[in-house]
Amino acid sequence: MMEMPLIDRDKCQGCGLCVSVCICGGLVLTDNIVTAVEVEECHWCTLCELVCPTGAISCPFEIIIEKNQDSA
Amino acid sequence: MAGRSTLPNIHRVDIILTVISSGYQECVRTDMVAQIEFIKSIPYFSGLSQSGLDSVGKYIFEKKAGRGEIVLFEGEPAETLCFVVAGVVKVFKISPDGKEQILQIIRPGESFNDVPVFSGGVNLASAGAMGAVVLNMIKKSDLEVVIREHPQVALNVIQILSQRVQHLVSLVEDLSFRHVTGRVARMLLEYAGDGTGERPRLTQQEMAAMIGTAREMVGRSIKTLEEEGAIRIDRHRIIVTNPDALRRIAGVTS
Repeated sequence: MMEMPLIDRDKCQGCGLCVSVCICGGLVLTDNIVTAVEVEECHWCTLCELVCPTGAISCPFEIIIEKNQDSA
Repeated sequence: MAGRSTLPNIHRVDIILTVISSGYQECVRTDMVAQIEFIKSIPYFSGLSQSGLDSVGKYIFEKKAGRGEIVLFEGEPAETLCFVVAGVVKVFKISPDGKEQILQIIRPGESFNDVPVFSGGVNLASAGAMGAVVLNMIKKSDLEVVIREHPQVALNVIQILSQRVQHLVSLVEDLSFRHVTGRVARMLLEYAGDGTGERPRLTQQEMAAMIGTAREMVGRSIKTLEEEGAIRIDRHRIIVTNPDALRRIAGVTS
C-alpha cells in the first residue's frame, strides 16, 4: 500500500485548498471532505499540508539511517 | 434436528454466561500480566520485587488516544504521571501568538508530566498523541504511596528527573547557540532509526516546533543538507546517507 498524506476528517472543512495545490491528483473532495487516493505521482511535496488552514492534513517523514553505508 | 441441544433454555443461558465470564476473566488476567510486564520494563519501577510490581499494578490505569488528541492540558492541576505503552506522544507549549514549541517526544517505555506531579503544581506543558497511543497512568496520590512503600522508586525518580534536566539543558544550548541547519541536523541524528522498531514520524511543522523555528526554515535546511550530501529525500523518508557530515554540520563530536 502506498503511503499518502494523512487526513483528519474531523478537522477538514472541505475548503478544497489542498486539492487546488495538489499537482498529482492525489486528493479529492468527497461529500465536502478531502480524501487521499493512492497515486504513484505523489512525491510528498507537502504543499497540501502547508496550505491547509485547519491543520487537517499532515505529511510526516520517517527518518532512517541508510544501511550498508559506504563511507569511502 | 440432529445435534440440537436438549438443555432447557435457562441452563443454556447459564452455560453461555459462564463461558463469557471465564473468557472475560482470561482476558483481564492476560491484560494484567501484560501490564505487569510493561511496568517491569520501565525505568521508574526497575529493581522492584514481584510483590512491589503487583502493588504498583493495582494503581495503574489505561488510556487510549488517537492522532492529534490532547491527553494533558497545560495549566490544569498535575494529577497524573503518564507512561507511553504504545505510540508516540509530543509534549509541547503554545506561545500567546499560537506558535508551538515541542519540548520532548515521548516513546514507549518513557514517562511524562513527572516534574509538576512531584513539584505539586499545574501541568507545565500540554501533551498530544502523534498517532494512536496507549498510555498507562498513575495518580499522584497513589504514586506517593508507592514511593513510601518502595524507596527504590525514589532513587529511580531522581535518575529520571536528572535526565530530564540534561535534556532541557541541551535544548537551551540548541536554541541559543546552533544555527537552524545545525539544529535540523542534530534533530535528524537524534531521531534517525534503522527502519525497524517504533520511531516517531515527524511533519516539517513538528520538526520546526521541536527546534524553535519556522516550518519554512526546516524545509530550507533539509534542502541544504541534501545539497551537502548528508541526507537523501526518498518521498516520505529522510535517509541519512552521511552521518559524519551531519554530525559536522550539527557541531557534535560523537
